[in-house]
Amino acid sequence: MRIVVLIKQVPDTTEVRIDRETNTLIREGVPSIVNPFDMYALEEGLRMREAAGEGTVTVMSMGPPQVEVALREALSLGVDDAVLLSDRAFAGSDTWSTSYTLAAGIRRLGEVDVILCGKQAIDGDTAQVGPGVARLLGIPQVAYVKALTLEGATCTAERMMEDGHDVLRVPLPALFTVVKDINEPRLPSLKGKMKAKKAQITVWGAADLDVDPVELGLDGSPTRVMKIFAPELKAGGVVFEGETSETVPRLVEELLPVLRGETQ
Amino acid sequence: MSCFLTEEQQMLKDLCAQIAREKILPVREELDESGEFPWEIVRVFAESDICGVYIPEEYGGFGGGAMEMCVATEELSRVCGGISLSFAATALGTYPILLFGSEEQKKKYLPPIAAGEKLAAFALTEANAGSDAGAIETTAVLDGDEYILNGTKQWITNGGEAETYTVVARTKKGVGIRGISCLIVEKDTPGFTFGKKENKMGIRASATRELIFQDCRVPKANLLGREGMGFMVAMKTFDHSRPGVAAQAVGIAQGALDEAVKYARHREQFGQPVASFQGLQFMLADMATQVEAARAIVHQAARIVDSGEKNLAKISAMAKLFASDVAMSVTTDAVQVLGGYGYMKEYPVEKMMRDAKITQIYEGTNQIQRAVIASQLIKESAAKEKRGE
Amino acid sequence: MTCSASRAAGPRSTDSGEYRVSSIEVVQDRCVGCGLCVSACLYDAIEMVDGLAVINDNCTLCGACVDACKFDAIVLRQAQHDAVSLDEYRGVWVVAEQRNGELNDVSFELLGKGRELADELETELSAVLLGSSIAGMADELIHRGADRVHVVDDPALLNFLDEPYANVVAELITRHKPEIVLTGATVLGRSLIPRVAVQVKTGLTADCTGLAIEDGGRQLLQTRPAFGGNIMATIICPNHRPQMSTVRHKVMSALDADTSRTGEVVDETIDPGLLTSRVEFVEFVKDLTQTVNIADADVIVSGGRGLGGPENFHLIEELAGAIGGAVGASRAAVDAGWIQYSHQVGQTGKTVQPKLYIACGISGAVQHLAGMQSAKVIVAINKDPDAPIFKVATFGIVGDVFEVLPALTRALKGSAAE
Repeated sequence: MRIVVLIKQVPDTTEVRIDRETNTLIREGVPSIVNPFDMYALEEGLRMREAAGEGTVTVMSMGPPQVEVALREALSLGVDDAVLLSDRAFAGSDTWSTSYTLAAGIRRLGEVDVILCGKQAIDGDTAQVGPGVARLLGIPQVAYVKALTLEGATCTAERMMEDGHDVLRVPLPALFTVVKDINEPRLPSLKGKMKAKKAQITVWGAADLDVDPVELGLDGSPTRVMKIFAPELKAGGVVFEGETSETVPRLVEELLPVLRGETQ
Repeated sequence: MSCFLTEEQQMLKDLCAQIAREKILPVREELDESGEFPWEIVRVFAESDICGVYIPEEYGGFGGGAMEMCVATEELSRVCGGISLSFAATALGTYPILLFGSEEQKKKYLPPIAAGEKLAAFALTEANAGSDAGAIETTAVLDGDEYILNGTKQWITNGGEAETYTVVARTKKGVGIRGISCLIVEKDTPGFTFGKKENKMGIRASATRELIFQDCRVPKANLLGREGMGFMVAMKTFDHSRPGVAAQAVGIAQGALDEAVKYARHREQFGQPVASFQGLQFMLADMATQVEAARAIVHQAARIVDSGEKNLAKISAMAKLFASDVAMSVTTDAVQVLGGYGYMKEYPVEKMMRDAKITQIYEGTNQIQRAVIASQLIKESAAKEKRGE
Repeated sequence: MTCSASRAAGPRSTDSGEYRVSSIEVVQDRCVGCGLCVSACLYDAIEMVDGLAVINDNCTLCGACVDACKFDAIVLRQAQHDAVSLDEYRGVWVVAEQRNGELNDVSFELLGKGRELADELETELSAVLLGSSIAGMADELIHRGADRVHVVDDPALLNFLDEPYANVVAELITRHKPEIVLTGATVLGRSLIPRVAVQVKTGLTADCTGLAIEDGGRQLLQTRPAFGGNIMATIICPNHRPQMSTVRHKVMSALDADTSRTGEVVDETIDPGLLTSRVEFVEFVKDLTQTVNIADADVIVSGGRGLGGPENFHLIEELAGAIGGAVGASRAAVDAGWIQYSHQVGQTGKTVQPKLYIACGISGAVQHLAGMQSAKVIVAINKDPDAPIFKVATFGIVGDVFEVLPALTRALKGSAAE
């Protein structure tokens, strides 16, 4: 059985700021991390392999050479091999071109049974690449999966809905995007880290994949970012200090109009 | 600050830092309050291959030495000096086997410890034998193929939780320390029970118990080395484990220092961060310098141990003495820097101060450490003179 | 995500001539070695070598450096492509969502916004409705602003399954060529629409908080938060149609139902081959423990580590009850086992946009803020005056939650709250 987990290396979004004066992104030692939701996908892939007693887990990512760090992190958890899709031509991809390129990468791997992704990436927050890849590969998909059980050539998936969950039976091959509820990701082991350090990562560029250059990167992206700007600062910011008998009435005075729906 | 660690040591450090941050940090306050043993964390150590860092590969370990043990212990202790003990005290209980065990003994006892399946504990201290280790009264009388143990050990770290105990007992009366031996005793051996769990000032997430031996029969094969070697086993064990205690102290001190600097940057009084006041700056500078020096001597001691050097007593004692005194001083200063907030349990520094104190006491009080160092100095001087230097 | 920062004044050094492939270049004669570009680069792709900027392989062509440079020394060349005949596409669509015979509120909100967009474009607003035995709902969509409803009513669509739903929506788009398609950013929407976007090969922007038509044109300007809400980005889809966006609940406003409105209902016929699904729907299991989905709530009262323990959460519940709000929690409280994960607000919990969010005993770690900073009014109650939550709070009280909460509850109970 072959399981592929798609991961993305993202800047730690909690550290990204915008300089209000120049309207440019400030990157001061913003660390790069594996997208947190992808850690759950990796864990699920490893658990599926353990439950099945056989099979391999391959981690794949698209990005610049520094993404190798993220792939080695995945390897240190026990993933069997890693593939990096990296090429100047992929630069500037939006979710369409990313889905297109990843789908080509998966096709090159050959027969794949299960593809796992995190629900969304914390930098783009779009949650689009998973379903995009599924459509391009022509396979079924279930998103927002909170439980996954492998039963031979099918999977039973629980899809988290707003007020409960749907239970679905999915024939393989299929793609699943997972939510945090699904498992508790493991920590790497020392042996895993040692192995990861020495592991060979396969790198494929545009020439190694069956792709039409026109679909790649910035040029292949239907969407463009026109501008970025800082979010509005909240007006007000009044803090009351002192005795509860004084502060609470003042807060109540401010809140009553809000609760009555009188404020904009 | 680079400590010139090898790539593998750096990897170990990063992994321990990750474990400390993700698994230990969320529970340290609660476990300190309840005094519950951190089995969940031990499981994490096991899964991450941490338990065997100092155990040779042929027994399932990572093949590292004192340096690896110190790197791991320091990193874990930065977040909690109590939880890190489940790892560090196991090392203390394992060293007798590592250093003096026969092949069969090592093959039997080391793999489960390396895998994190079993913990270990070292049992020397008794009610009447603390610093005066030679005054132990627990006896081990040979009866055919077994030793019969009788006596009570006090304040044993990991007592009750560990499976493997290296126990120091008197096998021969009337010959002083030459009548002491060390044996391996397994939990659940008939006649081996535990006393109450101690209610401690600090390192509360560790278990400290009495061990009670009442006609406890232990196979002769469990004797480490030969009869009469017990005192030497204990001293050599300490030579190896003292850098580990020192590393624990450095970790606690570093954790406290980090909290103090962070706090001082945010806390504003008189219209500015308190970190801008020279009085506090000087305190923090002194604290940081002390911690750096402590780390340096700990690493020095660890590297000397790993070099295969036989004369370890002095450097190990120095590292333990210096680092533990630094830990006590730095944590006390850290509470001072945080002021009123430092005294409150919501902030972690009061716990760090409570945790630091024991490092000046166990594995040989700092007074004993000084005695050891002085005794070594005198010996060395006499030897130099004899050689005509 | 490609990102380009714009500045208040000055042209971009973007060369939009005839290029097959996009590229970026440092014009060495203009580079003074100031290093502003290095600071602006999110991807560590620029280094200073001998006093000149050099762009390496980490570059994603995002263009942030182009604008950071005050000397116009970096030029981004964007390749032009044949656009699809954009003029063939007309009309604003909303993909409505229904489950078990009920239309989702977000559909009405999208119709409200869609109406505004359609009016500005002087075109029609249509809704798309999929399901089984749903004919009755079409009228409601018209009352809420739609001029037309495309209905696909088939037993195969009784339950939401990604393949048939995506096939149907894609087919309808191909058939009718709308220029804009809006969908709710619900589980259904976010599962379905990305697949559709790829199927019809167009651009999709998720979780938009702002939608507007560009001045003097027909292009849709889609604004959304990125990087956990730390920055806002405006996205366009210049060369592909339809322009697709998903929008979260409670971001747009619905129009009141106007029962006098009339419109057209079109029963679409779909090739049965498109309605098959490889995935089988087994059952829906309702979550009985969750009484209110906090993501829908207008008012949320949240508790954090400052509450000390699960036994104190009643203070939160009482205040919430007094003002008709839902109970939320920080990750610290959930991880400590004081309250269930379904109440967790934050980066790895739920993102909420209530009108009022009261954070009690919550320090305001960035991961928590990411889940609630878009609330209209934020109130913080914390005994630590330096807690970061006060930086985003509209109102705050520095005080003991155990004193403040009961007092607040007493004062608000009985007031015209709701």
